[in-house]
Amino acid sequence: MGDIDDPFAGIDFSQLELSLQRPRTLVDFLLNLLVGGMTVLSLVPLFSVILMLFWRGGQRLSLAVFTELPPAPLEQGGGFGNAIVGTLTIVAIAVLASVPIGLLTAIYLAESENTRLSQVVRFCAKVLTGFPSVLAGVFAYGVVVVATGEFSALAGAVALSVLMLPTIILTSEDAIRMVPSRMKQAAIGMGATPTQVVWMVELPAAIPGILTGVMLAVARAAGETAPLIFTALFSNYWMWSHGQVHLMQPTASLAVLIYNFAGQPFPNQIALAWAAALTLVLMVLGANLVGQSLSRRQTHL
Amino acid sequence: MPGTSAAPFAADALFQAKPTDICQAPNPLQMFVDRAFRSTCLVLACGTVLLVGFIVVRIAYAALPAMHTYGFDFLLGRVWDPNTSRFGILGEIWGTLYTSILALAIGSAFGLAVAIFLSEGYLGQGAFLLLRRLKLHLHPMWGRAPDALEQLLKNLVELLAAIPSVVYGLWGLFVVIPLIRPASIWLHANLGWVPFFSTDLSGPGVLPAVLVLSIMILPTVTAISRDALVSVPPKLRMAAYGLGATRWEALLAVIVPTASRGIVGGIVLAFGRALGETMALAMLVGNSNRISLSVFSPANTLAALLANNFPEAGPKEVSVLMYAALVLLAITLAVNIVGALIIQRASLAHVE
Amino acid sequence: MHRSLLTALALSVGLLSGCGGDNSSASAAAAHDVKLQGAGASFPAPLYTKWFKAYTAAHQSVQVDYQSVGSGSGVKSVIDHTVDFGASDAAMKPEDMAKVDGGVQLFPMTAGAIVLAYNLKDVPNLKLSRQAYAGMFLGNVKRWNDPAIVASNPGVTLPDLPISVVVRADSSGTTFVFSKHLSAIDPDFDKGVGANNMPNWPVGTKSKGNEGVTASIMTTPGSIGYIEYGYAKSQNVPFASLENKAGKYVMASTASGQAALASAALPDDMIVWASDPEPGDAYPIVTYTWLITYKKYGDKNKMAAMQDLVKYGLTEGQKSSESLGYIPLPDAVVAKATAAIQNISAQ
Repeated sequence: MGDIDDPFAGIDFSQLELSLQRPRTLVDFLLNLLVGGMTVLSLVPLFSVILMLFWRGGQRLSLAVFTELPPAPLEQGGGFGNAIVGTLTIVAIAVLASVPIGLLTAIYLAESENTRLSQVVRFCAKVLTGFPSVLAGVFAYGVVVVATGEFSALAGAVALSVLMLPTIILTSEDAIRMVPSRMKQAAIGMGATPTQVVWMVELPAAIPGILTGVMLAVARAAGETAPLIFTALFSNYWMWSHGQVHLMQPTASLAVLIYNFAGQPFPNQIALAWAAALTLVLMVLGANLVGQSLSRRQTHL
Repeated sequence: MPGTSAAPFAADALFQAKPTDICQAPNPLQMFVDRAFRSTCLVLACGTVLLVGFIVVRIAYAALPAMHTYGFDFLLGRVWDPNTSRFGILGEIWGTLYTSILALAIGSAFGLAVAIFLSEGYLGQGAFLLLRRLKLHLHPMWGRAPDALEQLLKNLVELLAAIPSVVYGLWGLFVVIPLIRPASIWLHANLGWVPFFSTDLSGPGVLPAVLVLSIMILPTVTAISRDALVSVPPKLRMAAYGLGATRWEALLAVIVPTASRGIVGGIVLAFGRALGETMALAMLVGNSNRISLSVFSPANTLAALLANNFPEAGPKEVSVLMYAALVLLAITLAVNIVGALIIQRASLAHVE
Repeated sequence: MHRSLLTALALSVGLLSGCGGDNSSASAAAAHDVKLQGAGASFPAPLYTKWFKAYTAAHQSVQVDYQSVGSGSGVKSVIDHTVDFGASDAAMKPEDMAKVDGGVQLFPMTAGAIVLAYNLKDVPNLKLSRQAYAGMFLGNVKRWNDPAIVASNPGVTLPDLPISVVVRADSSGTTFVFSKHLSAIDPDFDKGVGANNMPNWPVGTKSKGNEGVTASIMTTPGSIGYIEYGYAKSQNVPFASLENKAGKYVMASTASGQAALASAALPDDMIVWASDPEPGDAYPIVTYTWLITYKKYGDKNKMAAMQDLVKYGLTEGQKSSESLGYIPLPDAVVAKATAAIQNISAQ
């Protein structure tokens, strides 16, 4: 005994204390402040916009607004129930079209080892990210509307899927690639086929990232006006008649309603435009929350 | 010493395990499903390429008449006059690149900062410290506050992406322009010799457009960068701390470089969005063909040109607009090529 | 937990779709056998929306819908046969009419005036001579205390402010009519700029849509721009009296608009431009706006509904034009248009 010295001998404890006089600590502290400040600054526009929406559209919100049809000029009351249903329908169809295609393409990209084809596919997806929304509308007009002879919710969904596809492909590929390879290797070691590895190991682990991409794409698509003006047009009536839902007819949507009504000089319409904008934002928030709770059942890595 | 005792290794049991216990080779059905699924993925991936090709071909076809008439002068001309049929989009090309690059710089900087803020969990840690001060940190309900706050902050940032572009345009007109007008007057009066402030703000212009555009692309950069930062293995962070790094030294030297692939992916998406943003910019960029470094002068972008002119365009003008659209796609292509080259040069080895 | 969330979501969607019948005018139970879809100019959109909504409410078997996409897109949709009828402020060019097999029939349904709104705090009643306002949009008249403006406003102190001209950023029929008028009254404008949906304005900041121009004018002191009369009236934006061909200063109103329309005789194809009306009480900038229908409809019910709809617009519909800021059609025009309804037939 006695050969074990005081383990803390010779250590200058003042050196271990956190002190802002040391440059590294100071830089660390300042960077913390910088990042905090930039975050606060980034949230200011959000609150400004939400405040503006509430101030201009908040008092117009009521239950009637969700169940009534758009009012005519100089008419009081009215609402945008058909636009809500229209947006839900068009975005739902767009999601059903773009998510499977985008996800499977992303799986291909993540699984292939940088072959020529995968490079080309990735490049094409990146080029598609810069596609202006008005062009997506024009493209869908030429392909769907002229071919079927009428404006429809389907054409609108096609235009929106073109806009959503690159985001879903690129974020899903990154999400799948970020799954630690030891999980993949363990599965292969147990005799899983690559498909089984994807479905049973990689996708469940990558769901949060994939969902982020899908939610970003949906949020953008729900708020785009230009593609819908040329494809789904607008309608002042409900989507159903004779008890059937008609997809192949002009369909109302919140984004087009906001665009139309914001440009009119009638106070009722302008107030409804703001209320519709508020509703749209809250709807996307709701979809976000639903998506997050659905993905929460995956355990953390 | 191990191995000298009579009892066999536990590992021996593994090597003698029958195929049915833990691992087994795939059966024929599974092989078939595997092949079918992979073919489907391949087909759809090719489908994506075909879709892009189809779009480009359609636009090029519609643009052919204009390309014959105007040729390359279209790209260098600065006048857009339907009456005399003189069309030129140099102003729009400049506007597109200038606004997108500025918006990307601002949006990525702030987006990355917010992503770091979210991934480091400052809010949660601060809330936890506060709760500990109040001795509530182990409370069944209050104890969940830090996580809830983090989630709330994440949702708030993603809410920025949910705002329709029309609303951003209106917000820019009603809030941003009046807000920056006094600052612009001061800057132009006192620092007018700086090329960035060389004109005065007449209303819509480059600066309001850039500010709103950077807010629009921020959630993309933040969401994707945050996911990338969070998925960096914790052991890397712990290793850095163990070596004595401060939080930011660990971030800048280890974590951000590891997550760089995802972060750059987010920035690429954001740039694409900035190039193609139509509605908000049509309302805010001023729609004038002026080419100027001044951030207060009005400009025009290709997407805004399309949005403003398409509804009323006659067949001849549609062809010209399709030519402009083709140029925009070419710009996106060029930007992506340049970006890929930059990434290749600066790429770091993956840490696994 | 997520399962119950899904159930809740499904229920709410079901509820939302189920409770759509509150608005009795378009209840789910009503059978709409004929659906007419129109698209086109945004200038008459408020009026058409009002008409078609009232028409649909009154006729249980017909549903009419209209969406403003712009005159050019409206004409394109008519050519592509993606709508049942279109609308345009710039009528339709002969070469476009030739593209539609079976032919098209144009009906002037209403008319409107374009006013010059301005922002001068202390000048409630601005008078602008032809030389003055043409000069403003050419960039020759640069300040508010220019002699050309002072001369028409005796007794009014005009400030020494630069004139901030506001023009439309987006291509529009309103711009077409305004520039056509300027070309008619000023040869320099005709040569230098010309009449177009999107002319190359020598001066002016650009704003999108009537609402953008109005917002710019209201927030920029010393600005002036052109907007639709109905818009100016609804938003209470002050606008100027303009000098017409007879030398009188006229304010835009129903009476002055109708006087201008009466001066232009309507030819058989019903396309006429009152770019520079002569009567003393006529407001100088007015225009018709046209409904474009096919001459032949395959479906007999659609044809009958279309005929009835046009008739409604020309008769009942005219009663609501004034309240929305449009000019009711002169009786002669109504008579001629009603006669032309016969041109719509079934194939």
